[in-house]
Amino acid sequence: MSEATRTDIRTFIIDNFLFGDESQPLPDDLSLIDNDLVDSTGILELVSFIEEHFEVKIEDADIVPANLDTIGKIVAFIDRKRVH
Amino acid sequence: MCGIAGYFGRGVPPDGANALLRQMGAALSHRGPDADGIHADGPVGLAHTRLSIVGLADGQQPMRSADGASVLCYNGEIFNYVELRDELTARGHRFRTHSDTEVILHLYEEKGPQFLEDLNGDFAFALWDERQQRLMLARDRMGVRPLFYAEHEGTLFFASEIKALLAVPGIDAAMDPVALDQIFTLWAPIPPRTAFSNIFELPPGHMMLIDADHRSVNQWWKLEFPDRTEAGAADVPAEELAALLDDATRIRLRADVPVGAYLSGGLDSSLISALAARAVPGRLHTFSVAFDSKEHDESAWQALMAEALGVTHATVRCGAGDIAAIFPKIVHHMERPVLRTAPAPLHMLSQLVREDGMKVVLTGEGADEIFAGYDLFREAKIRRFCGRQPNSTRRPLLFRRLYPYLPGLQQQSPEYLARFFGAGADAVDDPLFSHRPRFRSTAAAKLFFSPELKDRLAGYDAAADLAAQLPADFARWHPLHQAQYLETAFLLPGYILSSQGDRVMMANGVEGRFPFLDHRVVAFASRLSPDVKLRGLCEKHVLKEAARGLVPDAIIDRPKQPYRAPESAAFTENPGYLDEMLSSQALAKGGLFNAPAVEKLKSKVLHQQATSFRDNAAFIGILSTQLLQAAFPPKGAESQKTKED
Repeated sequence: MSEATRTDIRTFIIDNFLFGDESQPLPDDLSLIDNDLVDSTGILELVSFIEEHFEVKIEDADIVPANLDTIGKIVAFIDRKRVH
Repeated sequence: MCGIAGYFGRGVPPDGANALLRQMGAALSHRGPDADGIHADGPVGLAHTRLSIVGLADGQQPMRSADGASVLCYNGEIFNYVELRDELTARGHRFRTHSDTEVILHLYEEKGPQFLEDLNGDFAFALWDERQQRLMLARDRMGVRPLFYAEHEGTLFFASEIKALLAVPGIDAAMDPVALDQIFTLWAPIPPRTAFSNIFELPPGHMMLIDADHRSVNQWWKLEFPDRTEAGAADVPAEELAALLDDATRIRLRADVPVGAYLSGGLDSSLISALAARAVPGRLHTFSVAFDSKEHDESAWQALMAEALGVTHATVRCGAGDIAAIFPKIVHHMERPVLRTAPAPLHMLSQLVREDGMKVVLTGEGADEIFAGYDLFREAKIRRFCGRQPNSTRRPLLFRRLYPYLPGLQQQSPEYLARFFGAGADAVDDPLFSHRPRFRSTAAAKLFFSPELKDRLAGYDAAADLAAQLPADFARWHPLHQAQYLETAFLLPGYILSSQGDRVMMANGVEGRFPFLDHRVVAFASRLSPDVKLRGLCEKHVLKEAARGLVPDAIIDRPKQPYRAPESAAFTENPGYLDEMLSSQALAKGGLFNAPAVEKLKSKVLHQQATSFRDNAAFIGILSTQLLQAAFPPKGAESQKTKED
């Protein structure tokens, strides 16, 4: 499941925040904020995508960098949400 | 207000001089629809297009001095010309006209180039000294009036706008990759660079002296702040400021035609309008732009202020489609890529002024720079505050207070807020500390640069370039003054006074006058203690106190709403030119942007999903760059097209 989640998240980020540009490496631990891939509205786009695509409910308290700032953290967060 | 153009050198054949000057002048006819004139003699040529405001009957230019020794070609207004004229008359000078233009000729005759310091005004001029066979070019302190130049085969050409330089055979408009990088990071090119290679601007507060052997460019005025160790006075000199602003407004009402005022609904233009209305009771006309989109509209505040002043008020309503419809025309006037659509509604506003039969308006421009009104100043203060306690979960919540008009920020956690604004991450001794978040979020739009452009730029760092050009004293100033310097000395002339100011006003033959940019007001503000300007998180404190009694408290105390316009949302109905300008062929021809990525961005815009700052800035920046290239195609391409036709 995590691998499929990872692929979907990567695809969303490449399409939506990198506009298809795959020339730059996008490792799982790359900070989306520090590398200017997302800003405040970008985070909300990301949250909407996760809620709709993975059918998980995200509380306000969940919207923190510890859960959403790298692909690795996003995948782990979605996995945890699904378990619950 | 006018347009000027000309040359110095031997590259123009005598029998072609008049025709060339007329062509250069014709490119500036919008700046001066009332009259035109040329002067060609030996190595110098001058062209002038006139918007008659002072000395209607006898202010024709180029104007020769009484002794015949010098000729002036001048764009602008000297607001203290009455006092200067009286002083000159007392010293024995005799005047032939009623214009402010002649004052400059007399001052030059008496003092030489040093006379610039006597001027209180907005100007750009060329003054030919026949005795010394020397041309003097000069520009006002703050950069209100433009002056560009280019050299071709040893001859220097100059003009109020670049389009007049492009009338010269051999001068071409080729996008400068470094300028593009600067705009896509800093919002403006760093002077003397312009958007085009080998075309330069004379920076604000600079003059050029050129003769057959030498050319020198010198700064004759600079913005300065006190050393941070000098304790500024803690008192709030509101009365002194009010008196100074009253005088700055009074002398800007001098004209032989009626003077109106812009009214945005905010403090700055309200105060200027109030001062003007008091000076010309019952005669002031005010003008506003209202937006269909609620988040941008301030018409209720505008109406409140107009009613309080009892002025004759007119409003132009701007819908998203209006911005898209006129955007290509605006780009042609601005002559540079921009990242925001805000100049477009201001073009509609100046058109309203002109249609109302007026050609001069006062505005509140400059107050946010010199009295620390912008959100960015408060943002920098909060970032420093957060940086002192990086683990605090309460301090970052202050960022929400700054941007109540940005819903995306209101929903963010303290952790994200701190990260978005780089709180605690940026070095506090970084000279660009105040502007780092803006520069970072803007530079993210460079994602769309083509691989070829990225290669040509070879890691160029626009922010580092700007930092390297800061004055030597900069490091000794208070952090607020450092931030104010960046806004006032760089962004004000580079974007606000040009793209949102002179270019969109003069496009309709309207002259803007800016009491807050009177050099006495600027000097007064720069000497004030930072705490008098930004008290806690209350912006423009001293100005608000100065405005009490003149402007309704409801306007003084309302939350600040920066002037904004719909950005990419203005283009969701796909104006006809969008597909052509952003086609893969057009993008490939320009060679500046990554076509597949732009196609995805365009799709996001058309589906109304481009909501982030980065996406909006990128879209407007790319579109304006493409429109600019189409407006000023390389001459080789033009002649090739003609041959094919």
